[in-house]
Order: sequence, then structure tokens, then C-alpha cells
Amino acid sequence: MPEGRQPILELQGITKSFGGVEALRGVDFALLPGEIHGLVGENGAGKSTLMKIIAGVHTEFSGRFLIDGAETHFRSARDAHAAGIAMVHQELSVAPDLTVAENVFLGNQPTNALGLVQWRRMAREAGEQLSRFGIDVDPMSRLGDLPIGLQQLIEIARVLFSGARIVILDEPTSALSPPEVERLFTTLRRLREQGTAIVFISHFIEDILRVSDTVTVFRNGRKVTETASADTTKGALIEAMIGRGGEALEHSYSDDLILPRPSDSSVVLKVDQLSLTRSLQDVSFEARAGEVLGIYGFMGCGQQELSRILFGKLKPDAGTLIVEGKPKTFASTAAARRAGVALVPESRRAMLFHQEPVFKNISISILDRISSLLLKPAQEREIAKRQVEQLQIRPPVVGLDLGMLSGGNQQKVALAKWLTYPPKLLVLCEPTRGMDVGAKNDVINIVRDLRARGLAIIVLSTEPETVLSLADRILVLKRGAVVREFKNEPVSKDRLLEAA
Amino acid sequence: MASSETAPAAGQRGKGLAPFLRSQMRNIAPFLTLIFLSAFFAFASPSFATIDNLGNILTQVSVTGVIAVGLTFVILCAEIDLSIASIANVTGIAVAYFTLQESYVNIPNIPLPGAAAILLAVLLCAALGLVNALGLTVIGIPSFIMTLAMMQIAAGISALLVRGQIAYKVPSLISTLGSGSIGGIPWIVIVAAIMLLAGHLVLTYTRFGRYVYMVGGNREAAEYSGLNVKLILGAVMVISAVCSGVGGMLGVAHFGSAQQNEFDTYLLDSIAAVVVGGTSLFGGRGGIGNTIVGLFVLGVLNNGLDHVNIDSFLKILIRGVILLVALIINVYAQRLREQAAE
Ligand SMILES: Nc1ncnc2c1ncn2[C@@H]1O[C@H](COP(=O)(O)OP(=O)(O)OP(=O)(O)O)[C@@H](O)[C@H]1O
Ligand SMILES: [Mg+2]
Repeated sequence: MPEGRQPILELQGITKSFGGVEALRGVDFALLPGEIHGLVGENGAGKSTLMKIIAGVHTEFSGRFLIDGAETHFRSARDAHAAGIAMVHQELSVAPDLTVAENVFLGNQPTNALGLVQWRRMAREAGEQLSRFGIDVDPMSRLGDLPIGLQQLIEIARVLFSGARIVILDEPTSALSPPEVERLFTTLRRLREQGTAIVFISHFIEDILRVSDTVTVFRNGRKVTETASADTTKGALIEAMIGRGGEALEHSYSDDLILPRPSDSSVVLKVDQLSLTRSLQDVSFEARAGEVLGIYGFMGCGQQELSRILFGKLKPDAGTLIVEGKPKTFASTAAARRAGVALVPESRRAMLFHQEPVFKNISISILDRISSLLLKPAQEREIAKRQVEQLQIRPPVVGLDLGMLSGGNQQKVALAKWLTYPPKLLVLCEPTRGMDVGAKNDVINIVRDLRARGLAIIVLSTEPETVLSLADRILVLKRGAVVREFKNEPVSKDRLLEAA
Repeated sequence: MASSETAPAAGQRGKGLAPFLRSQMRNIAPFLTLIFLSAFFAFASPSFATIDNLGNILTQVSVTGVIAVGLTFVILCAEIDLSIASIANVTGIAVAYFTLQESYVNIPNIPLPGAAAILLAVLLCAALGLVNALGLTVIGIPSFIMTLAMMQIAAGISALLVRGQIAYKVPSLISTLGSGSIGGIPWIVIVAAIMLLAGHLVLTYTRFGRYVYMVGGNREAAEYSGLNVKLILGAVMVISAVCSGVGGMLGVAHFGSAQQNEFDTYLLDSIAAVVVGGTSLFGGRGGIGNTIVGLFVLGVLNNGLDHVNIDSFLKILIRGVILLVALIINVYAQRLREQAAE
């Protein structure tokens, strides 16, 4: 333990199992005041589970739990909160129907002597806090109306400014753009100086190395190493995570990559002059069979809206979609699906049924292919099992409720829904968000395989790496307009960032 | 019901009995309530626990049961239908309106052959359900408001048809099913049982049934899975109206008369049956099995209170309190389940 400071939090021999499955086995974990502690590990390694124990969400486990050296047992998340522990969960847990200000103050709104909420004061203070964090938004707007990245920022802001001594961030950056990540890191460093202990979970190992003082690696519910960030490298961490050499798995994309010559296969989708108030302006492009089109841009550049329009969830104000030569106006998502379009949105929550078993989640979008009137559960399970195997979803039990899978495995299920009967056009928003390096690689291979089978694929992402690793041709979207197209030319992370 | 398919996982849970029970709270609590109420009334009154009285209870809950089948679909989709009782009423009145009445009945009605009368009545309730469906899905009026308006509209049509009078005659098929019996078993009980069974089979074994659960479980996810959510919501509103209509026709035959405001208590009773049975008000959880238990709880309660000596005005209050308790359990069960899934 460096410098011999007294840990603010200490866990000893933590074991936690869900039914028969052990999610954590004998984990020791200590957190010092004024440290940023990075946590990495594959999907399902047990990171979120450990953090939920600290935050009082999981209360049944074995092992010792000490705060300031004194043994403690939380009975609820409220106990943890009272002890100064605040957490940003991997799954966004904001209240979409409340205002931004209410979300910032969730649970401790300022009240006057009569116990009435002081709205004006709340709005003002919320606005101040958010703008300190570089967020410019009307505190009285409904949170659910904002883009998901902004919602995530607001939730982070709420937790960071809650005055907690221990702040836990479970994959907070997955929906943020690079400048926002930068702002987050600046704030984290400031909090560290004030003595706050911070746990930071991410699959972006560069980020972890850049911001954290100590890194702990988890594998299969066990802690495998803990080192000072300065003493380790990305390759070493990946190797510890997956238990074999990981250099081949991650590229940094800082060097130029040459995009191939544009394909001249048949046009599956033609988008012509698409416009949507305040989101998209005259967007036109084509997607061809056997080609991956990447669309890159910062958060709020109109990607989300574009993907919704392609899948019939949103109606554009102007412009046309031409699918395989026929102009289409999708009246519903069902119509889009019938026309051969499939979408994996960036939010798992929007795509999955948490209280239903995995196999029902996978079969839902193809039920009409396997049954006309009566369900065929055996066949559904069969299909689901194949996808679970192919995507290496853990644990490989198709009868398990989806909510029991780790975040990254849920993301794989979202993709699995469309793979049994591949569509003609597959639209993927942030397909690798929340996935560990191995899983990201799997997704990259799956997408390449689908491309080889002649699908037209559109990948929309705010992460340059995702687009670079998948796309044959890249459009850059900025404030709702296509500002640059990269094709048959060198491209790199820097070039993309510059164009956006 | 739907959750029983996680059984393989439950089998692996060595010490997981407590979480399992917690997640099954919604199915267990109504059952315990039923056992408790039955035991209480059996103890309090010797005339309660008899075969005859069981028959009474079954007959008493039959109309509610028929209406509750459709309502179960609606609530599973996290919607509500407040027009069920009014639609039952207007359909019952309509079938009488198209039947030849005795000369002393002073209604300017249109007598038709029985089959035509039944067909028109069914078309009427289906049409009203379709209006509900269009209001909800095409215009986007929340079902709570849309069906509140429909409640008034259906009551208005009833009023125009009977004009304050009472009609007595219904087609012979309806009167047999509503008030006849076969081998000592009332037809109305058999019809209710068949409708409940059919509802259960549709919800459990058909693709449509699965869609109902999925739409109720997470509507946004259903949409992103490419389901036609509006079509499914529209369909459940029509199903609800048709079930209500059938319940209304049987009820009119059962009561022996068709008049205004005859079904007013059925709105609360049907909602209570579905919710007390444990079907989640937030959608996606529960089913006809729950509704059947709910019907029995309600039937035992209503019937049992008649067997013990208490103020009949107090009975109304007691029913209200029991309903409140059931609602609390319903909401609480949802929370426990979510916790169990953390
Ligand atoms: N409520 C639950 N019930 C049953 N199993 C669970 C539950 N929550 C987590 N698990 C299991 O525990 C293991 C660890 O999950 P955890 O969410 O901690 O992973 P993680 O390291 O956060 O992964 P990711 O990077 O994908 O978020 C997984 O195998 C997961 O399926
Ligand atoms: Mg996690």
C-alpha cells in the first residue's frame, strides 16, 4: 500500500454468488483517499458486482467490509449514501420524466421552512453545477428529451457534486465524446486533490492508464493484479485481463489506415436530402451490399436521429429513403423490419426485456419466421443457444433472465436478435460500447462476416476506434450535416477528430 | 406464468429459496389471501363452505370473469380500459333491442331473428373497441382518458336505445347461455370457464400472446424489435370490448332484464379481479391464471360477507380496504421482483 495511508474503504475476502454462479471469489480491495483507482476486466468479470456491494445494492455476500477501519454492513443503498458513497451505474439510472434540475438534486432537493421545494433555487444551483462541468442545458427541461450522452453527463455531474467521499463510476464514458471525457478527467483530478476516493471502470484502457493512480485487473471473479498505473502498460493489462497476449487485439489507430476502393455492388439504401428540424440537414448517402459504411461524429451530431429514421421510429421532415430502388416511408418499425432493415440502438435498455429470459430476447424479432400462430419454444431455445455460443455470451444459459447478465453480455444479446435471419441493411449504433477487448474483437469479426455475406451495414459511433475498426467508407457528421467523406484514402483517429 | 420458464435456473439456486419466493410474491400473495378468506368465512359461517355455495360463487363471478379475460390482455400491455362496464351494458341492451319484446315494453325497437341480433350486438361492441383502439394508437390519447370518454359514449347509446325503459327478452341462445344449465352446471359458468381457458391459451401459447407480454414488459424495446406495437395495442382494446360485450349479453340474460346502469359495479369488480390476482399494473407480468385467483378472492369475499352478520354498508368499506391492500401488494411485488433481479 503506497505511502502507508489508511484506506478509506477496505474489502477482504469478498465472495458473492448469484444462485449457483460465483460472481466474485475471495476478492480483496482497498481504496485510499485522494486516489483514482482504475478497474478493468472482461465482460462478466465481476466489476459491477463488486461496486454494487460497495454501494449497498447487493447486501448479501461473505467477507469483511471496512470503512475507515471499522467493520460495516450496509442494509441498503441509502446506508451507503449516508456513509458518503455515490455511484454512477453502468445502466443509466436517471428519472427521464423529471426535469434536469430534479435529477441533479434527486433525493435532496432544497426546501424551505415549510418543506416545499424551492424550484427557483434548485434550477439556479443545478444550472451552476452543470455549467461548471461544461454542460449547457435548460435545468427545467425534461431529462428524457435530451440525448442519451447528455443524460449520462448529467447523472455523472449529480454524483460528482453530491459531496460523496467515495465516488464510483461504472463505465461512465461510454456515451461521451472526447472533449467531454477530457472535462470529466479534469473534474476527477480536482476531486482527487480534495481527497475524494474514486473508482473508475472502463474498457478504454488508455483512459484508465491516463487518469488513474492504481489499476486493478479482474478475471473470472478474481482479482488478478493490482499495480500503479505508471508501472504497467496497455499490453500487460490486456494480457492480465484475458490471460493471454493481447497486443493483437487492440490497435490504437493513431497511424493512417488506408480505406479500400469504394465498392460498386448494388445500392441497398439510398438516402436523399434527409432533414429533421434541429437535427439533420440535407443528409444524402448510399449504403451498398457487402460494404460497411461508418458514420462518425460527436455526441448530438444527429446520428441517433438518423438511425431512428432509417428504422421507421422517427419521421423525417423532408427527404426520401430508397431501399433497393423503391422509395419507402416507414409507417412503423415493423414496416422497416419487413423491408429488411434492422437497428441496434445505442441504449441496451431500449432494446432488451430485462425481466424476460435471454431466449425470448433473442427470438422476439424473428418470431414470425418460426411460428405463424403457435409458439415453438424448443426451436426458440435452439436458435438462441446457437447465437449464445457464436457470440460467446456468458453465462451460456438461455433460460436466465436477461437482467442477470453483465452489461457487455447484454449488449451481445442485443446484437444476437438480428443475426439468425440477417436483414439486408443492418444499422448498428455504438456496437461495441461497454464491451471488453475480446468481445469487441468478436463483434468486429461478426460484422466482417456479415459483410462478406453481402449485407449492407451502417455503423454509427462517437468513438473513432469503432468506426475505424469496421468501416470501408466513413462519413463525418457535424451538427446534422455530412461534412466530409473518407474513401479510398488514408484516415486516422486524428483526421476524424479534425473533421468533426 | 411467464416466469415459470426460468425454472432451470431456479433449480441451480441452492440457497436461493428466499429470492425465488420474493420474485414469486405476485403469484403467492393472492393465493394466500384466497386461502385465508375461505378459511375465515368457513369458520365464521356454517353455510359458507358447502357445495351449493361453491356453485353460487362460481355463478356470481361468471360475468366478471368473462369481462376480465379481455381486461387482462389490456392490463398486461400496461394500458387500462374503463369502458368495459358501459360496453357490457350497451351490448346487452343492444341484443335485447333487436329482439321482439312483450307488448307492454314501451321501446321503439327493431325485432330481428336471434342470430342477427347477436351478430349486430357483437359488431357494436367490436366497433366501440375499435374506436378505443384508434383513439389510443392513431390519435395517441392515453387509454385512461380515451376509455373514460368511451364509458360515457357507451352509456349514452344505452340511454338512447332503452330511453329509461326495461327490456326483458333476449335471443334464446343468449338466454340459455345466461340463465340455463346443463347437468346441474349453469351454462354461464361453462362459458366463463371456456373464455378464461381460451384467453390463457392465447396468452401462453400463441405468438400474439408473447407479443402482449413483451409490449407490456418494455414497449420501447418491442418497438426496437420491429413489432407493430400499435397493432397489438389496438387488438387488445378490441378484444377487451368484445369480451365485455359477451359478458354484457350473458349478464342481461342472467339478470332477466336489460336496462341503463345495470353493470356499473362490474367496472370496479373486473379491474379488482385482474389486479388482486397479481397481474402487474405496469404490464408484462401476470396472466389469466392470476385473474382466476383474483376472481375467486373477489367471489369469496362478496359471497362470504353475505353469510356473516355485518352491516351491509360496512361491507362496501371492507371491499374497498381489501382492494387497497391488494394494490399495495401489487406495487410492492413489482419492487421486490426488481430487487431480486438486481
Ligand atoms: N442479478 C444477478 N443475477 C445473477 N447473476 C448475476 C447478476 N448480476 C451479475 N450476475 C453475474 O455475475 C457475473 C459478473 O457480472 P458483472 O456485472 O459484475 O460483470 P462486469 O465485470 O461488470 O462486466 P461488464 O464489463 O460486462 O459490465 C456475470 O457472470 C453475471 O452474469
Ligand atoms: Mg459491468
